[in-house]
Amino acid sequence: MESSELKRSKDSVNSCESARRSSFPDEVLERVLSLLKSHRDRSSVSLVCKDWYNAERWSRTHVFIGNCYSVSPEIVARRFPRIRSVTLKGKPRFSDFNLVPENWGADIHAWLVVFAAEYPFLEELRLKRMAISDESLEFLAVSFPNFKALSLLSCDGFSTNGLAAIATHCKNLTELDIQENGIDDIGGSWLSCFPESFTTLEVLNFANLTSDINFDALEKLVGRCKSMRVLKLNRSVSLEQLQRLLVNAPQLAELGTGLFSQELTIREYEELESALSNCKNMHTLSGLWDATGIYLPALYLACTHLTFLNLSYAALQSVELAKLLAHCPQLKRLWVLDTVEDKGLEAVGLNCPLLEELRVFPADPFDDEIVHGVTEAGFVAVSFGCPRLHYVLYFCRQMTNAAVATIVQNCPDFTHFRLCIMNPGQPDYLTNEPMDEAFGAVVRTCTKLQRLSVSGLLTDLTFEYIGRYAKNLETLSVAFAGRSDWGMQCVLGGCPKLRKLEIRDCPFGNAALLSGLEKYESMRSLWMSACNVTMNGCRLLAREMPWLNVEVMKEDGSDDSQADKVYVYRSIAGPRRDAPPSVLTL
Amino acid sequence: MEGSGVGGSESGSMSTVSWEDNMVVSSEDSSCPDESDLELGLGLSLGGKTGGFKMHQLSKGGQFSRILTAKDFPSVISAASPSSSSSSSSSSLSRANVTAGTKRTADSVAAANGSSQVVGWPPIRAYRMNSMVNQEKNMATEGFNSTMVNHKSETSMVEKTTAGIGKYQNNGNIKLRKSLFVKVNMDGIPIGRKVDLNAHESYEKLAKTLEDMFLKTTSSVNPAGSMTLELGVMKKITRPSKLLDGSSDFVLTYEDKEGDWMLVGDVPWEMFLSSVKRLRIMRTSEATGLAPQLQERNQRQRSKHN
Repeated sequence: MESSELKRSKDSVNSCESARRSSFPDEVLERVLSLLKSHRDRSSVSLVCKDWYNAERWSRTHVFIGNCYSVSPEIVARRFPRIRSVTLKGKPRFSDFNLVPENWGADIHAWLVVFAAEYPFLEELRLKRMAISDESLEFLAVSFPNFKALSLLSCDGFSTNGLAAIATHCKNLTELDIQENGIDDIGGSWLSCFPESFTTLEVLNFANLTSDINFDALEKLVGRCKSMRVLKLNRSVSLEQLQRLLVNAPQLAELGTGLFSQELTIREYEELESALSNCKNMHTLSGLWDATGIYLPALYLACTHLTFLNLSYAALQSVELAKLLAHCPQLKRLWVLDTVEDKGLEAVGLNCPLLEELRVFPADPFDDEIVHGVTEAGFVAVSFGCPRLHYVLYFCRQMTNAAVATIVQNCPDFTHFRLCIMNPGQPDYLTNEPMDEAFGAVVRTCTKLQRLSVSGLLTDLTFEYIGRYAKNLETLSVAFAGRSDWGMQCVLGGCPKLRKLEIRDCPFGNAALLSGLEKYESMRSLWMSACNVTMNGCRLLAREMPWLNVEVMKEDGSDDSQADKVYVYRSIAGPRRDAPPSVLTL
Repeated sequence: MEGSGVGGSESGSMSTVSWEDNMVVSSEDSSCPDESDLELGLGLSLGGKTGGFKMHQLSKGGQFSRILTAKDFPSVISAASPSSSSSSSSSSLSRANVTAGTKRTADSVAAANGSSQVVGWPPIRAYRMNSMVNQEKNMATEGFNSTMVNHKSETSMVEKTTAGIGKYQNNGNIKLRKSLFVKVNMDGIPIGRKVDLNAHESYEKLAKTLEDMFLKTTSSVNPAGSMTLELGVMKKITRPSKLLDGSSDFVLTYEDKEGDWMLVGDVPWEMFLSSVKRLRIMRTSEATGLAPQLQERNQRQRSKHN
């Protein structure tokens, strides 16, 4: 349904109420609305009139909760009685970088208890940055007989024992997706817990884990799960074992290899090459730990239809990458390490005209003493060859305003622009000026920009630009930037669609914090750490805005009046009761 | 989305919280995930030296820098030279949050490295960092000169692709070479390079690479220590290297495991590989401690040519 149609319906609210019995039985309305997938559309629908609100809530099967503390599980269950799939996000994003205390919260268990009572037919649970224990995983495994899909991303608190419980009890499991978690990897025996009769698995991702698994069990599992389309192995799986798995699973669409480095004879190499090329549906390839130039050619034939290639665990040199990319004409997403250097990125520009997303990670971010990595030249080269580029994450050690201006001129469709100049506060290395004009060019040119991460030496001017031009910006990440409160005020005063603002180590204080009072209610959250905000400022904010939770995390030895880390978010559940002692709720 | 919700109290309270788009949570599956997927790779370039990485950690004594705030960056506020910010790695302890966990490892390793350390910066997920650290350990324990014994008798890949692979014929199988990157600094040049010693088979070839890197003005050189076997057989050296024969203003020296600085070239190549920690292209005038060997060598060479 188009939003414009819904707006027209909104106008006829009264006629809707009176005419409803004759024109639209509830069941029909529900049936129609059940086809709606987008949550933004569903929100709009629920505001039309009471009937539509009810029809929407009865027909919704998936709920997305971007901040687990914005609402309580009881409220969710009361509003949506028929949920079968839940997506929950917990901790603030900066917890990925160790800025959030260990026991901060976001524990899933309270949610599971409510779900077990209200949604016994729950099928899917997708969690990001939540705390989840083995006990919770066991509880999950036995409480929901229809449970099908579990996805854990950047969570912590559990071990492989929890996975064993899932494998043992979830008879209808189709998806087990364990990604980048702080998991306690005790051993690989969990994989052997899948019963012999179990055949429904479609997605299996255990690349996160390091310990050896029982390969025999894995081979049998893959052999009997004929619908498997995503298989991402961990490092313990060798090339030879990979070949054996692939022979029985040519239908795979996404493959994450194990260690891509092993002595092979010619025949073994050819068998591997053949097995890989037989995966005609393969569009995503990852893993490739320790991949070296010798064996990459085995992939060439398999790369013909590849749209996503994740080389971020393979420290390739530029020549190796160039040769590989010559075989990947359909590539849309590419993740690499900066060992490929600018020359490697030139090859990207030459070989991947359809590229939409590029991420370049630093292989050695802490070593400043040597020449390495990528520079502005590589980024510029990609922009010339890949006009469709709209998502970039780029870690580098030097950048210029002119280069960024060129880049966005070549690629005006950026939706996600995340540039990390790794030395905090570093200016344009050629002109020695701040990088204001670079980000000014980005926000002026890229009208579709939704997400922006800034870096380098930045004055308030950058934020003036952002506030003025970034009309579609939803997420902004700022570090070591700005000169005064004015910068933050510009952002809060502009950016109509801002939802998440995260700031660290900037000279923004109470005046800036308090200039966003109304704004925060339309945002999901605000994070400010190591800025100039005081406890009094936070108290004032909490007092003025009852629908906001204002949480302060104090550090040992800091001044009593300083608010070291502030996390502000809107909530209809009130202040949370599970905060640890280091987190003060105001 | 906010405000005017028609209906009962539930809808009134609901309307201030928008139920947002169904965003796929997984980082890899979606090209537009809602959250970041920043990750970290650490220190592959430290190479496979056993204990090299660990020694770093020990020597730094597990100290962590304090969290730098805006106050520590006068450059940010006053637009003065920002170079001060990068060198302000404080040694005082003020760790915000205690206890090691997998996520904390990121910062402890970072601090151990000794360069400018700010908690959680660059913004890279601890997960990726830990997996790189594990890779380091795997490479280190296997040893950097591992000769992989293999008893297979089938035709090797090497024979099929001799032109590309080069010199690694061994029992009919490919001997996989781990890289051994060491730092190289040259007196008078502030920024160093790294070179993969395992990509060279002799002192001559190493010296040639280093000369290309440091003594030539054009930048048309191989990337430091490029280890791609496709580059094949090293070009034949037609003249003895300047760095080795003492005829230039610079000599090539290395620091060994005991911390002593030695002249490169005195011991067999394999022995050199097992004890070298890093290289330095030193001014001849400064190589006084090594001078005796240098003079001896010069005398030897001169007498050879006579």
